[in-house]
Amino acid sequence: MNMLISSPHLHSGDSVRATMITVMLALAPAVIVSVYLFGWLAVLIIASSVVGCMVLEWLSLRLMGRSTAAVGDGSAALTGLFLALILPPTTPWWMVLIGCFMAIVLTKQIYGGLGYNLFNPALAARVVLLISFPLQMTTWIVPMHVGNPVIDLYNLQDCLQVFFFGVQSLGHSIDAVSMASALGYVKTEWTRGVSVADALRGYGYNYLDAFLGREAGSLGETSALALLLGGIYLLARHTVTWHIPFSYLGTVVLLAAIFSTINPQHFAPPMFHLMAGGLMLCAFFMATDPVSSPVTPAGRLVFGTGCGILTWAIRSFGGYPEGAMFSVVLMNCTVPLIDHYFRPRIYGQGLPK
Amino acid sequence: MLRTLLERIGLSSGGFPGGIHPEQSKLTAGMPTRDCPLPPVLIVPMKQHIGEACVPLVETGQTVLRGQKIARGQGYVSAPVHAPTSGKVVKIEEHPVPHPSGLGRLSLFIEPDGRDAWDETLEPWPDYRQRDIGELRERVRICGLAGLGGAVFPTFIKLVRDQKHPIDTVILNGIECEPYLTNDHRLMLEQAEQIVAGLDVLMYMAGARHGIIAVEDNKPDAAACMREAAKRLGTAVAVHVLPTRYPQGGEKQLIQAITGREVPAGKLPMHIGILCQNVGTTKAVHDAVLLGRPLTERIVTVSGDAVPQPGNMNVRLGTPMRFVFAQHGLEAFEGLHVIHGGPLMGERLPSVDVPVIKSTNGMLAFSTDVMADAHRRADPCIRCGHCVEACPVHLVPNELASQCRQDQFDRAQGYGLFDCIECGCCSYVCPSNIPLVQYFRYAKGEVGKINRERIFADLSRQRSQARDERIAREKAERAAKRARVKAEAGAPEEGGEASSA
Amino acid sequence: MTNILYGVFSLGGFALAAGIMLALATRLFHVEGDPLADKIDGLLPQTQCAKCGYPGCKPYSEAVARGEADVNQCVPGGERVMLQIADLMGVEPKPLAQEPEPPMLAFVREDECIGCTLCIKACPVDAILGAPKQYHTVIADYCTGCKLCVEPCPVDCIDMVLKPEVLEEWTWKSPETAHRPVRVGGHGHAAHPA
Repeated sequence: MNMLISSPHLHSGDSVRATMITVMLALAPAVIVSVYLFGWLAVLIIASSVVGCMVLEWLSLRLMGRSTAAVGDGSAALTGLFLALILPPTTPWWMVLIGCFMAIVLTKQIYGGLGYNLFNPALAARVVLLISFPLQMTTWIVPMHVGNPVIDLYNLQDCLQVFFFGVQSLGHSIDAVSMASALGYVKTEWTRGVSVADALRGYGYNYLDAFLGREAGSLGETSALALLLGGIYLLARHTVTWHIPFSYLGTVVLLAAIFSTINPQHFAPPMFHLMAGGLMLCAFFMATDPVSSPVTPAGRLVFGTGCGILTWAIRSFGGYPEGAMFSVVLMNCTVPLIDHYFRPRIYGQGLPK
Repeated sequence: MLRTLLERIGLSSGGFPGGIHPEQSKLTAGMPTRDCPLPPVLIVPMKQHIGEACVPLVETGQTVLRGQKIARGQGYVSAPVHAPTSGKVVKIEEHPVPHPSGLGRLSLFIEPDGRDAWDETLEPWPDYRQRDIGELRERVRICGLAGLGGAVFPTFIKLVRDQKHPIDTVILNGIECEPYLTNDHRLMLEQAEQIVAGLDVLMYMAGARHGIIAVEDNKPDAAACMREAAKRLGTAVAVHVLPTRYPQGGEKQLIQAITGREVPAGKLPMHIGILCQNVGTTKAVHDAVLLGRPLTERIVTVSGDAVPQPGNMNVRLGTPMRFVFAQHGLEAFEGLHVIHGGPLMGERLPSVDVPVIKSTNGMLAFSTDVMADAHRRADPCIRCGHCVEACPVHLVPNELASQCRQDQFDRAQGYGLFDCIECGCCSYVCPSNIPLVQYFRYAKGEVGKINRERIFADLSRQRSQARDERIAREKAERAAKRARVKAEAGAPEEGGEASSA
Repeated sequence: MTNILYGVFSLGGFALAAGIMLALATRLFHVEGDPLADKIDGLLPQTQCAKCGYPGCKPYSEAVARGEADVNQCVPGGERVMLQIADLMGVEPKPLAQEPEPPMLAFVREDECIGCTLCIKACPVDAILGAPKQYHTVIADYCTGCKLCVEPCPVDCIDMVLKPEVLEEWTWKSPETAHRPVRVGGHGHAAHPA
């Protein structure tokens, strides 16, 4: 016993692995909803992404001569799960693998592995995919139980064919099986000069459906309810603090409320922003990724506010319909600065003498 | 309920920020304190407080009485040491003290004669309110009192009457937030009146108007006891019951929890009108002033999963820990981890052959070493920020530790290295099992070492320069002398020539 | 063609301007040699041990400032001092010329001392007391452990002993080193055996 260990001599028993498992549990509702809506496609993408990330993590660690035991900490599996949930349901197998490579090798391991990555791996991978394959990444297949799905997503054989050979292999054109997302629809209509309210009416938008998740979108981001449940679980388990989700969602709501009151023709109402796209997922799960977000409470508020402003601005003025992912990745760059400038005041310092 | 819920999601933290809720494990709370028998030999180290070491006043072979001053303090920040019982000084030599290094310190070895006879030179002062305050303070000083909560800061220093900073409130610290420890709890139950009387002495000495006894809500019986005692003695003091949270017993944290005020950096509580004392110290003040008894014993919690019969014991200072553990049925220490103090701020001892000293509030023996196992499989920091939330002094421990790890000591000081109170909350919550506190201790030690080396280098430079100058001077003097001799030798020669011419 | 010329001239112009500015900056902010030597001297541990090949810390620091000596020659200073000097000089750190030893003290075996005063003359910091034909003794608080007194002693009565560890100067090891097996005989002391 050569080790000389300083106090404390007790530990809370918390571990990185437990943290990762908690987040996975919090994602369970969203995963269930994705399987309900997208059937075997969801299962295939989630499984391939999780396995792909874990294998790549193992390979990278192996190549760099590090201990491969770190694969067991669950971080790679979680990244895989995250990546799957932000991919469109029609993502083919090779694109999933490219995403895994981007996330694990280029965003995480090259920077030094767990704890050293500047960007959220899953989001960075998704951003790279979106820029590289804009068409595939903005194609939203009609989900089950919503409208009239052309392809039966509960049919394993059809889904395998879509996953490996694309929608066309079943003899359908892309347009025939897909629908626009609410955000995308509103954006296109708006550029044609249609007001937001008219566009929403034209889309047949319904807040309840959006809240429950009966809409097109990426695998895990459709149901605000499922994500909210997961988020509350994370808050209750103290895996994340309230600062980032609160400031992020709050900023978006505030900006949307102000601008949609001033000019309802141009700007979508706050509820629409809240339910649409990847905002909920980003606010509760992506922006709160500990590694790529600030550690101090004040820093977290600043970070969340920044994400909120960027998300709203990209959605309202940008070229892309959805800005949540970009905004989190952009704010990731500012984390070292935020951490430096938003440190709490140390006890007893800077008091009037 | 609502409060704990809010605290859990980080919306509320009553009093001081951060903190943790470790398992209480107060196994010994319901067990009355027993007296520890006298061991065959007592080992009394020459320093048991924060400050400068003492100098022995007795010689080998000399007989001493209990409470007799056997070592005097040096310098201002010091507390003298007294014989814990009557007997004979058998030797004076270095002996290991309770410290993680296992290093030793000059100690007096006293063989008890069994009479346990008191030295009666100090007269009891039940009429302390007739005494001069300076006199009382001197009594506290010569009785060797130091903070018995574990910090062992000499008590008399806190009792300075300063016109510029009058003391308004005396806070008695009965928090005892460390898990396992129950010695203050038992003291409050068993000697409530002495504590209240001691508080009265402190209030009189400090000139304070308010007296507060702070107890955590996991000890409702102690709070009730203190209230009753205060009522019986007719002392106007308030008992504050605070929600249990570690490290509420830290002086600065307690002051913040009760008054909402912070002690400014580099200042003492007295600068904001507060005097804070541990309940054990207060009881010792009572003994010193009202009974004329110096500090010769203290209550120690003996606990931990490896102790067969845990309990609290009234132990003479200088009793070897092995002897105390034996009273609780623990004799084999193979594979055990012994901790001096509480499990969160106490230190691991390399050996149990060390004496109980003034700072020994607990002696814990565990069969498993949670942290050693945890540190062995430490993961990289995932920046979860739990340490930032848990830090009661608002540091950013993960950032600070990374600077310490890279030996960036200047930057670490800019991040508040020396504001760290080493409470251990950060290490406790860290999911990656990073030994954060050890990084801070390492860095603090290195900064101290660098400063010492700097001072020594400056001294060496001065000595080297002085030597060079001396050598140069001597050389010059020799050269001048040689020139003079030459000149003197040359002059007669010239004269000779002249005469011969 | 004109476009290329524009490019060449504008970039060339920038380069020229930057070059002139750099040249001016070296002139304007030229650092005098002597303060640099003093700064280096301030970093050295002042053992005056001459292990660097120079007669003392001051001469070595002057040699480094002049660019004659390497930054890695101070043996007792170890890695920390080397890094600080390299940082000050703006050069790449180098591995130490010699591995540093743990801190030592000289100790005179007094019953063997013949009182020749040779060690007193050799001591660079006047840390040895004594007079001709009398026992000499080392003032431990002043001894830098330079070993310069060992060689001149005609009867070999000076030992170098490890500087004793005292409680006040004990420090925690970095977990980086403490949680790995302790190196035997290396710099620093082993953890206390349980």
